[in-house]
Amino acid sequence: MKYEIVIGLEVHAELKTNSKIFCGCSTHFGAEQNTNVCPVCLGLPGSLPVLNQRAVEFAIRAGLALNCEIAEFSKFDRKNYYYPDLPKDYQISQYDLPVCKNGYLDIEVNGETKRIGITRIHLEEDAGKLVHPQTITTSNYAYVDYNRTGVPLVEIVSEPDIRTPEEARAYLTKLRSILEYCDVSDCKMEEGSLRCDANISLRPAGADYFGTKAELKNMNSFKAVQKGLEYEAMRQEDVLADGGAIRQETRTWDEARGVTLSMRSKEQAHDYRYFPDPDLVPLLISREQVEEVRTSLPELPDARKDRLVEQDGLSSYDAEVITASRAVADYYDAVKKLVDDPKTIANWIMGDMMKQLNTRGLSITASPVTPVHLAEMIQLLNKGTISGKIAKNVFEEMFVSGKKPAEIVKEQGLVQISDESAIIAIVEQVIAANPQSVADFRAGKEKAIGFLVGQVMKQSKGRANPEMVNKLLKERL
Amino acid sequence: MKLYEYTAHQLHTMLTEKKVSARELAESTLQRVRNLDENIKGYVTVTAEQALAQAKAVDEKIARGEEIAPLAGIPMAIKDNICTTGIKTTCSSKILANFVPPYDATVMQKLQAADGVLIGKTNLDEFAMGSSTENSAFFTTSNPWDLERVPGGSSGGSAAVVAADEAVWALGSDTGGSIRQPAAYCGVVGLKPTYGRVSRYGLIAYASSLDQIGPLTKDVTDCAFVLKAISGHDPKDSTSVNSAAPDYTKALVNDVKGLRIGVPREFFVAGMDEEVRAAVMAGIEALVRQGAVAEEVSLPHTDYAMPAYYVIAPAEASSNLARYDGVSYGYRGEGDDIVAMYKRTRTEGFGAEVKRRILLGTYALSSGYYDAYYLKALKVRTLVKQDYDRAFEKYDVLITPTAPSAAFKIGEKSADPIELYLQDVCTIPINLAGIPGISLPCGYTRSGLPIGMQIIGQAFSEETLLRVAYTFEQNTDFRRKPSLKGV
Repeated sequence: MKYEIVIGLEVHAELKTNSKIFCGCSTHFGAEQNTNVCPVCLGLPGSLPVLNQRAVEFAIRAGLALNCEIAEFSKFDRKNYYYPDLPKDYQISQYDLPVCKNGYLDIEVNGETKRIGITRIHLEEDAGKLVHPQTITTSNYAYVDYNRTGVPLVEIVSEPDIRTPEEARAYLTKLRSILEYCDVSDCKMEEGSLRCDANISLRPAGADYFGTKAELKNMNSFKAVQKGLEYEAMRQEDVLADGGAIRQETRTWDEARGVTLSMRSKEQAHDYRYFPDPDLVPLLISREQVEEVRTSLPELPDARKDRLVEQDGLSSYDAEVITASRAVADYYDAVKKLVDDPKTIANWIMGDMMKQLNTRGLSITASPVTPVHLAEMIQLLNKGTISGKIAKNVFEEMFVSGKKPAEIVKEQGLVQISDESAIIAIVEQVIAANPQSVADFRAGKEKAIGFLVGQVMKQSKGRANPEMVNKLLKERL
Repeated sequence: MKLYEYTAHQLHTMLTEKKVSARELAESTLQRVRNLDENIKGYVTVTAEQALAQAKAVDEKIARGEEIAPLAGIPMAIKDNICTTGIKTTCSSKILANFVPPYDATVMQKLQAADGVLIGKTNLDEFAMGSSTENSAFFTTSNPWDLERVPGGSSGGSAAVVAADEAVWALGSDTGGSIRQPAAYCGVVGLKPTYGRVSRYGLIAYASSLDQIGPLTKDVTDCAFVLKAISGHDPKDSTSVNSAAPDYTKALVNDVKGLRIGVPREFFVAGMDEEVRAAVMAGIEALVRQGAVAEEVSLPHTDYAMPAYYVIAPAEASSNLARYDGVSYGYRGEGDDIVAMYKRTRTEGFGAEVKRRILLGTYALSSGYYDAYYLKALKVRTLVKQDYDRAFEKYDVLITPTAPSAAFKIGEKSADPIELYLQDVCTIPINLAGIPGISLPCGYTRSGLPIGMQIIGQAFSEETLLRVAYTFEQNTDFRRKPSLKGV
């Protein structure tokens, strides 16, 4: 039988408010353990939560960017469970009246646009972190770091609209891009500010019911999400093909072994005993506030991509890559303001820039090559001052030294030779020195000219204007 | 008269007129505690050193000719579920027996700023769950009117030390009657303010939607002074009401002419102690003689209040008390793994009544039972509240007994929790409705035990309650000192 995969994702994103969701403590990542704490986030007896309105604003912003309805009346509930990183032994979350619901985002797979529904977005507080002196299995005890306790989170729950692990990854990429654009989350999976759980089930292709699902946890990168889901889909298919039944359970992705393992069955599932938190009052969101947030929303990835295609003439693919990250798109716009050559800018960003950033693990905002430098370099290129080949060297030098392109060109004498008589001299030398190639070309071997061009470029140390070299060679052959 | 026998407002005058120093006052009260508290057992912790230091600061202010607050230099006692920086706050529980809060409850901050002199922290039923202090993990407090009897609860320690002159006034907390019922049993004045009037920040939660801090005092005037000192909006408590508190002392007016009193028939049911019924009826008569009008009213959902309370309060408690898990503070029972530690901590750390309510509440919130219990109880709560809303369209106040009987003997009801729960039958609906209630003495049984009368008003009508209570007090003679029988 042919099966169809059904996937729904639950994404937790930390909101980048300055203070925690129910107290005034800092949310700064990387502070010394247990320093960003107070009686409230430590859950000391008698302390009470007070809602950070900024977190609500951020959730509304995310909701609007994801085309959600924003609730007029929302409330907070307690999710009760015991865990040492949860000082109150309940988490303040939202159960039946989330801040946002019924939204969607569009992803592109194999050149086609697909709409993935978003069931809800709710606000909640993050838990702390267990720190083990050795590994998790060999430690006899653990420390608790409460710095993260009470950091605001949004949980974004998708509809079960995702059909392949690849779509799941595309959904995450798009979601991260949108959250980044509206400036509500850093979305750093490695710092834990973005986390993803997945529900996955199989059903006979074309069926209108859902199969039994497994919940997949502990996938620490987008790649892991895709790989975990691929494995799990395969596992479920094997079980079904053998005539077995899928157990409803929570499974964990073992990255090292590349397999999913059972964590707990449905029977062992928690009863969270949700009930409205009596320490907080209902959250009322006025339509005025929603409109205010709406007007403050920046241009979102889809709109920006359309603009790059329609106004700048970029290909859909290039526009997609450039707008995937707001920082990259902002960089692109900054360069474009200085030099109106969209395609060249896109090529440099997607090529040499990304390569340099990736090898050094930098984000584009930390690039030593500023938009001004890149724009100047492209101008030098367009004016013919330097050749494309030289430009690559100049770019690398700019990246290493942070110097301006004109300075590098001047210091290293990299100005392109466009003086015809100087090039003719080299061309004639090369023709004289390579009679065999000349003969081949004349005999109809078009390719032979490439060798001759290469020889001219080599003798000119790459500085000869390649177009002129071509032209002058052809004239003389 | 000994210094410790005076009321706060009398002592304030004596202090400002320099007839007495705060130090003498503190020493006199501390001496009284030393003489008496081994019999009363009202205090869990006595803070003598701190009291003398605070008194000294007040004396210096007076010497410098500075104006002092009405409660400055006056010895006070605080229920031991209200957080005090650097002073153990135990909730009379083994699980918090060594818990020293690093912060002050908002009411404590206000009282520190008003230069109150803290004599000590008072005993309660563990986590304020109970009506007798018999559920304290440490000891049972005795009623100053008869040491063999309970002082009521859960604020039994606070009521007893005020009645026995071991403090001039005290703070209690009231979730289902925990200020008013012990006030009735001990013959003092006790007020549960409107929910949201006094900040709960730093009050160790029992049932968050019902808990409220309030005063226990020797007379109605002191009640107004204390309420004034602790009321007001607190940005740290989301459920505190964002409006300024009025000057409650201005409500102390001897006048109830035209006051409309409703007497809820459901509160005078069969099984109620006849002496209590008669004393409360006579109390209402006394107000009628002052020009008030009284008539019977029905609050039809009264019978359902107690069952609803015993779903809602335990449900909230089951979640509120989850944090006592041995991880980062409080008692820890060692175990081989985290679950074993949790179990041991909570098995050994909590007493029977607390466990009973955690079980009740956990059950009521469980998947599959939520609608039948918790949700239903919330609906009943709304119906109870509507009873009161309707009644207050017609009446300014309602008057009932505070408790169905006078103080019972230690051990008399401890075998049957339901029997004990019934002690709060007159006070619980008031918490469910979120409205204020005041209890004050309105008579004595033949065996000499005080009887309490409860005056109930609509939300934020504390001024009316104080005016009625003040008028009653001014025109009757029920403020008496306990016999200290058995000391």
